[in-house]
Amino acid sequence: MRAGADETSGGYGEAPGGAKEEILARIRTATGDGPAPPPVARDYRTAEQPAGLDGEALLELLVDRLVDYRALVRRSTTAMVAATVVAALTERGVRRVAVADGILPQGLDRLEPGIELVGDDPPLTPAQLDGLDGVLTGCAVAIAETGTIVLDAGPGQGRRVLSLVPDYHLVVVTAAQVVGGVPQAVARLDPTRPQTWISGPSATSDIELDRVEGVHGPRTLEVIVCS
Amino acid sequence: MSQVFLGMPTAPPGVGHLRGRRPFPEAARTALGDAQLRRNLAKATGTIRAKRAAVVGEVPDWAELRTAGAAIKDQVLAGLDGYLVQLEEQVTARGGVVHWARDATEANRIVTGLVRAAGADEVVKVKSMATQEIGLNEALAAAGIAAWETDLAELIVQLGHDSPSHILVPAIHRNRAEIREIFLREMGKVGLPAPADLTDQPRALAEAARLHLRRKFLEAGVAISGANFAVAETGTLAVVESEGNGRMCLTLPRTLITVMGIEKLVPTWRDLEVFLQLLPRSSTGERMNPYTSMWTGVHEGDGPSEFHLVLLDNGRTATLADPQGRAALRCIRCSACLNVCPVYERTGGHAYGSVYPGPIGAVLSPQLTGVEDNASLPYASTLCGACYDVCPVAIDIPQMLVHLRSRVVDAKRDHKLPTPEQAVMAAAAYAMDSPARWTAALRAARLGRLLGGRRRKLTNLPPPLSAWTGTRDAPLPPRQSFRDWWAKR
Repeated sequence: MRAGADETSGGYGEAPGGAKEEILARIRTATGDGPAPPPVARDYRTAEQPAGLDGEALLELLVDRLVDYRALVRRSTTAMVAATVVAALTERGVRRVAVADGILPQGLDRLEPGIELVGDDPPLTPAQLDGLDGVLTGCAVAIAETGTIVLDAGPGQGRRVLSLVPDYHLVVVTAAQVVGGVPQAVARLDPTRPQTWISGPSATSDIELDRVEGVHGPRTLEVIVCS
Repeated sequence: MSQVFLGMPTAPPGVGHLRGRRPFPEAARTALGDAQLRRNLAKATGTIRAKRAAVVGEVPDWAELRTAGAAIKDQVLAGLDGYLVQLEEQVTARGGVVHWARDATEANRIVTGLVRAAGADEVVKVKSMATQEIGLNEALAAAGIAAWETDLAELIVQLGHDSPSHILVPAIHRNRAEIREIFLREMGKVGLPAPADLTDQPRALAEAARLHLRRKFLEAGVAISGANFAVAETGTLAVVESEGNGRMCLTLPRTLITVMGIEKLVPTWRDLEVFLQLLPRSSTGERMNPYTSMWTGVHEGDGPSEFHLVLLDNGRTATLADPQGRAALRCIRCSACLNVCPVYERTGGHAYGSVYPGPIGAVLSPQLTGVEDNASLPYASTLCGACYDVCPVAIDIPQMLVHLRSRVVDAKRDHKLPTPEQAVMAAAAYAMDSPARWTAALRAARLGRLLGGRRRKLTNLPPPLSAWTGTRDAPLPPRQSFRDWWAKR
């Protein structure tokens, strides 16, 4: 599997230690001249000194930024969330929806008659996912300032592919998951988990810089923000 | 000066896309004659400039973030050997395999070998500057492997048998009518054809690309990506994108191969809190790009079961060796400097000849290849400083351009025949060396007035001075020099 890694280069400068040793030696030669750089001053707004918004104002900022990036947003409460999910799916005309493990609150093993919940155990194939109408997940963190939803494959979120292939993604965000800015989100997240940061639906501006929502990811992102 | 960098190999010629076939002024002249291109560029760069300015203005601590971004990257460059070893340990510990490539040729050979080992004869690709730099698609094609670009703009470029002209919006030089033509003509040759009734509405064109590529995504066994960031401390890789084609490539295939320049590191996970603010706002002018994917090695049951990371030098250590040029390696490929550059706005990216166009390309390409091979690029600038102002990692591009111009002059000094510029400078030095010679020279210069014509300007001097008057007018020498006037008082 390491094909090539230890072979010698066809050109110049072959060192006995192979490519790795040679590159490291080049770096040491190249940087041997200077004093150590000064330490990094973190005098921007860090996780410890948040923006100052909290409670309802934070949720309102999140909703504002989500809408600005063309996500659909519904407000709800933890008690009412099941009904809001049903309303969203029904309005969208979603008949078969993939559900991440652990997303359904207690008592919600079924929604309306006519809406089929498809679990991911055994794992759905990409082709099966492509045949579904949508996917329902929770999230790990939501960033108000940038309108970003972060999924980290934790409970209620499932594998990365789940929220990617279906054309409609419905996300439930609870108030406790909402932070002000990027530094607070980074501080809460575990880098060793697979992460997907989502800000609005899939989009492109590649044709004359006209924004088009929906290329390869879900073309519709709908977010239920629960207080 | 230039001998300092001897012994540090630059990116080899004959492979990849860092060198233009023509010098910048020549290529720029062709581009300037293309009215459609200039209209597209003016619209595109103007739009992104305004969006960027608005979202950067929203951030109260932008200046502090920018300073921190520069400082973090300087820290990376100063300790690059240690950080790379740390990254390799982390990626390996979490199930990935790390490969080291001294140059484009070696990187291409490693990737080709990995694709073959996976038993694939086609791959899907996420837009990546590094793989364009090394000419990976051509190397794969030579080995009988088809590489499908999946970014919409890259797809347009690939289907049009064309080359990218902007880091962020590679098909910035194409308008909707041209794109429709390309899709109708080419899609059917390589997969699902475009619908016969395709219109030139961006929405319809994007839909055609979605359908064309979806089948390729669902069937692909191997994906190739670049990386925006790699965290040394944890082995985490990050790709930022908009369309979801990146997510498709990073999640669906069994094997993922990532090719990354050795400078793309950050030391700690926390450092991403700076760059995930700086990059999207500088790049697309969004508060956050639609999708950012992060992965660390192999994640059991989620995404590729095999992950290879190819670390690429290809002239980066040569760049690192120049203390006045190495800050170019801070670059996070946002392309903000392209959009504000008065030269780029008029010539577009192709004139620069390298995959890295615009102001950052003018300082990066000559350093990666050695200044002799891109000698015209450090002059492809007015030194107005707009690029420095918008750079999210505070690369002082104007100052670096001046430094590289001196390196170009130094490199030419070794030539046997003096250049016209050197001949003129030597003649000027001789004349200025003695007051008598200088007075005589000034008097002789008055003869130049005869060449002025009706416009009272020198517009058409004979060679080698035509190199100057070909692009600018020279004023007529005065009737009387200051020294003559003084002597007569």
